[in-house]
Amino acid sequence: MIRLAGLVSITLITACSATTEVSDVPELAAEDIVSASVFLNSETRALQEDTFANPGYLWVDRGEALFSQPPAAGPACITCHEKGLRGVAATYPAYDENIGQVLNLEGRINQCRVTQQSEPAWTFESDELLSITAYVANQSLGEPISVDVNGPARAVYEVGRDYFQTRRGQFNLSCQQCHTENWGKRLRGDTLSQGHGNGFPAYRLEWESLGSLHRRLRDCDTGVRAEPLPYGDPLYVALELYLAERSKGISIETPGIRR
Amino acid sequence: MTSIRLAVPETAIAGEIIEVKALIRHPMESGHRRGSRGEVIERDIITRFECLYLGEQVFAADFHPGIAANPLLTFYVRASRSGDLEFTWTDQHGAIWSEASSLTVS
Amino acid sequence: MTRSTSLNVNRRDVLTLGTGAVLIAASPLRGHAEQVDLEQARRELFGTRPVTEGRVRLKLPPIAENGYSVPLSVEVDSPMTEQDYVKRIAILSPRNPLPLISQFYFSPGSGRAKVDARIRMSGTQSIQAIAEMSDGSLWSGSRETVVTLAACVVL
Repeated sequence: MIRLAGLVSITLITACSATTEVSDVPELAAEDIVSASVFLNSETRALQEDTFANPGYLWVDRGEALFSQPPAAGPACITCHEKGLRGVAATYPAYDENIGQVLNLEGRINQCRVTQQSEPAWTFESDELLSITAYVANQSLGEPISVDVNGPARAVYEVGRDYFQTRRGQFNLSCQQCHTENWGKRLRGDTLSQGHGNGFPAYRLEWESLGSLHRRLRDCDTGVRAEPLPYGDPLYVALELYLAERSKGISIETPGIRR
Repeated sequence: MTSIRLAVPETAIAGEIIEVKALIRHPMESGHRRGSRGEVIERDIITRFECLYLGEQVFAADFHPGIAANPLLTFYVRASRSGDLEFTWTDQHGAIWSEASSLTVS
Repeated sequence: MTRSTSLNVNRRDVLTLGTGAVLIAASPLRGHAEQVDLEQARRELFGTRPVTEGRVRLKLPPIAENGYSVPLSVEVDSPMTEQDYVKRIAILSPRNPLPLISQFYFSPGSGRAKVDARIRMSGTQSIQAIAEMSDGSLWSGSRETVVTLAACVVL
């Protein structure tokens, strides 16, 4: 494996050698924006689209059960959201006026759990939080991502953009270098995606499990040999908001299948 | 806690061959992987799947660590009479998960 | 994922320990050694009975994006009657830590000797399926799949 890591570093550096640090950072052109599922092979894409066999639905099923099951202290989610939450996930992360913070979907669900259900927040990446997040996001399947980055969310969006564009780790790479400037190119057996979060929580073949976008971001940071941030870190939420604004127009695929 | 998904038709014509899909949530930990501290992660797999139709085994599978996590099987059953299809998964420790569905044959 | 260990100390382990992965990769002996392991597993399952190539249609993608979950489909030509049916199909790998991946058992009530599953493959290899018929005859089919590696390996 160490031999392989060396190979990756060489390949990555080669792939990104054309990049120089500039203040005028390029953005994805609107007409170029595509989901990572475009780069999957036909078998994997077919698995994502198969609403029976896609293993992510094992978590969606559990999320649906949790949604309608009342916790010990308060009402079930479905008591307030009896019409479901179609379209909602496509607008997250979003600014919450009551607490004056930008929350991602997991944060919003936990907020509800604490204030409406008088229950302790679920820990990030717990089976419960993953399942219910997948269920809520799946209700927006096919809905185009449309987040609000104006007003009070603007500053957070800019923090997220900075994180995306800053080189980090022993490889000294930014997200931007792979996912904005070199997407579509081959990196070993893989095609570099544009780094959208529209399939998350997603079932990654490498994880053999469903996982959150923050888990993916932690893997990205680890991949460039940087110290990953803790789950739910405000910086990752900011990055998530930047990613969502950057994904404008492509639709939710949760539970996506990713490599 | 585990989740099972079954795709089985509810009705069939006598003699018809029906397609059955069975998916179960399980890590199928191979026993060949190591954790972040170099320790071997112990094997934990489902070893056996059986499908009974009218009380008789029509299809079965032995799983080894080469079967992917969250195992999905697609197989076939010849419909003869109305009755139950029973599905059981057994892990290496003897824990059993089961699910059933009924088939009406005309 | 590291899949270089197996439960028993066999030739693969000795090779791994003794010469290191680089030498193994360069050695012409590797392919031969893998085939020997597969043959041994095959003998344990079916004895020394002859196996004829044919009747088994094995489908795997030519290129798998990830060795953790590769779709496999196998079908054997058979009328599936009480007199003539497929009893079982064994799926064997020459390169996984354990050669036997799965065995599928059929009956005349199956109606069709076909099964789809998802398997793990530790590297590019030719997967083999061996079917045992109700008359005791053995048939086989195989398929080569290239397993690619992801862009970023997280250690």
